[in-house]
Amino acid sequence: MTAIDDRRAQPVGLNQPREGSPLIAVRELSKVYPTAKGERVQALSRINMEIAQGEFVSLVGPSGCGKTTVLRILAGLIADYTGDVSVSGKSLHGPSREVGVVFQDANLMPWRTALANVLLPAEVLGLNRKQARARAQELLSMVGLEGFERKLPGELSGGMRQRVAIARALIHDPAVLLLDEPFGALDAMTRDTMNVELAAIAARSQKTVFLITHSIAEAVFLSDRVLVMSSRPGRIVEVIPVELPRPRGLDIIADPGFAATVLRIRRLLDGDSASALPSIAH
Amino acid sequence: MSDATAPELKLPAAPIPRLPAWLRARPELALTPLVLVLVLGVWQAVVSLGLVSQYVLPAPSDIGLALFEGLRSGLFIQHGLVTLGEAAGGFAIAVSAGLVMGTLIAEVRLVERAVYPYLVMVQTMPKIALAPLLVVWFGFGSTSKVAVAAIISFFPMLVTTLAGMRATDQGRLDVLRALGAGPLRCFALAKLPDALPHIFSGLSIAVVFCMTGAIVGEFVGASAGLGYLIVQANARMNIPQVFAILLALGAIGVTGYALVQGLRRRLLFWEPKQELSRP
Repeated sequence: MTAIDDRRAQPVGLNQPREGSPLIAVRELSKVYPTAKGERVQALSRINMEIAQGEFVSLVGPSGCGKTTVLRILAGLIADYTGDVSVSGKSLHGPSREVGVVFQDANLMPWRTALANVLLPAEVLGLNRKQARARAQELLSMVGLEGFERKLPGELSGGMRQRVAIARALIHDPAVLLLDEPFGALDAMTRDTMNVELAAIAARSQKTVFLITHSIAEAVFLSDRVLVMSSRPGRIVEVIPVELPRPRGLDIIADPGFAATVLRIRRLLDGDSASALPSIAH
Repeated sequence: MSDATAPELKLPAAPIPRLPAWLRARPELALTPLVLVLVLGVWQAVVSLGLVSQYVLPAPSDIGLALFEGLRSGLFIQHGLVTLGEAAGGFAIAVSAGLVMGTLIAEVRLVERAVYPYLVMVQTMPKIALAPLLVVWFGFGSTSKVAVAAIISFFPMLVTTLAGMRATDQGRLDVLRALGAGPLRCFALAKLPDALPHIFSGLSIAVVFCMTGAIVGEFVGASAGLGYLIVQANARMNIPQVFAILLALGAIGVTGYALVQGLRRRLLFWEPKQELSRP
């Protein structure tokens, strides 16, 4: 019934999402990969989720549970799936300008300076050069890289390169920032610093952020809500709201609310791998 | 055996002259010329003492004289320019054809499936064997030499371009694809620059091969060029001149190689640093 209503309403609110409608809506998303032997592997099974404008949502789960598949679908890199995925009310089947992506590796072009790397999406999308340049400068200083504009990626540390990647993902002012374990390759200390900065960047840019991670603490520290995924087939088993005040500092780790939330997610994931809590799976 | 208990060796206290700092840092700067002088000295001595016939191995001094004479009379320059022109023509054809074909095979599945088995077959064949045929086809003039040079430099160029295009970093392509970049954009912004290190290996092979091709073409039948000159000098048993021409060819080869390397350093300014700091 509601599905029919939605379809009727679509032509009206095609370009601007209706008031209160989620920025990202995923309904009954499933994805099957064919294997070399001709078998079919169910990577995702009936994923449902909604992310509101300005919300910070994380997706945690064991490796191989299909987290990255969800992100690649949202990034438009996987176009064949079943179910509905929409961003800003528009159904998604391919890349969208509304989305900026940061991958696990910075994936910078080593022959381009930091500034030229940030400007890459502007070139591809054909944005006004002057405005993009000014914005790129702004973004680089926002991620703390003022004065590093002319450096090549090879001259930057891993953390700095990932900052450039974040600035690059924001240059075309997308509505959504997708992050696929963006700090997974960094050492623990740098990772903590980067998380604090990511929280600040998300707050300052007022972007909707969808983060994929396997670090529960990272997810709880950053998010408004944490979606817990389970594998074979990949599905969302629980949505955990994080009710901790913002802005959050690293000392929040000592907060009993933080510890309780982390523990709750930990139990969900452990139960999944040990099959000790079969009732959670739907 | 530990150093602490080992009895101290009494070295004769002769004062060893301190070598200058640059020589201690890079001893090869002195050693490499020293090796050359030593070899030339032994060579000269062997020939002067009559241990080897002058006709088999001319003395370095005779070779030097022949080289000087060849350059002074303009003979080497005149024929050198002919060979250089042939090699350069073959190089240009090989490089453009190799780049285009390599890219097509890497990018278009259908082309790969249709052509690749034949390429592997031709690749295993010694292309130099085509030289006589090419001379029949294209005549005794420069064209046949350009053809030989092009054919033997084409394959290294093709294979390295192909390898380079296939070595593209998938992560960088994901970044572009997520922005909706089409195949042409992906090629220009990621694949081509990513393939450059491989392409430059191809260029440095091709720059050497094209000279070989031109010379072999001239061996088969020509009326000008350094290869023709070698055949002529050989026939007249003018062995010092043969050696002198070899030196001239070596100089041309080294210059070509150095040019490619210089271009590489300029275009791939990002390469060494990136390799050092890659995670």
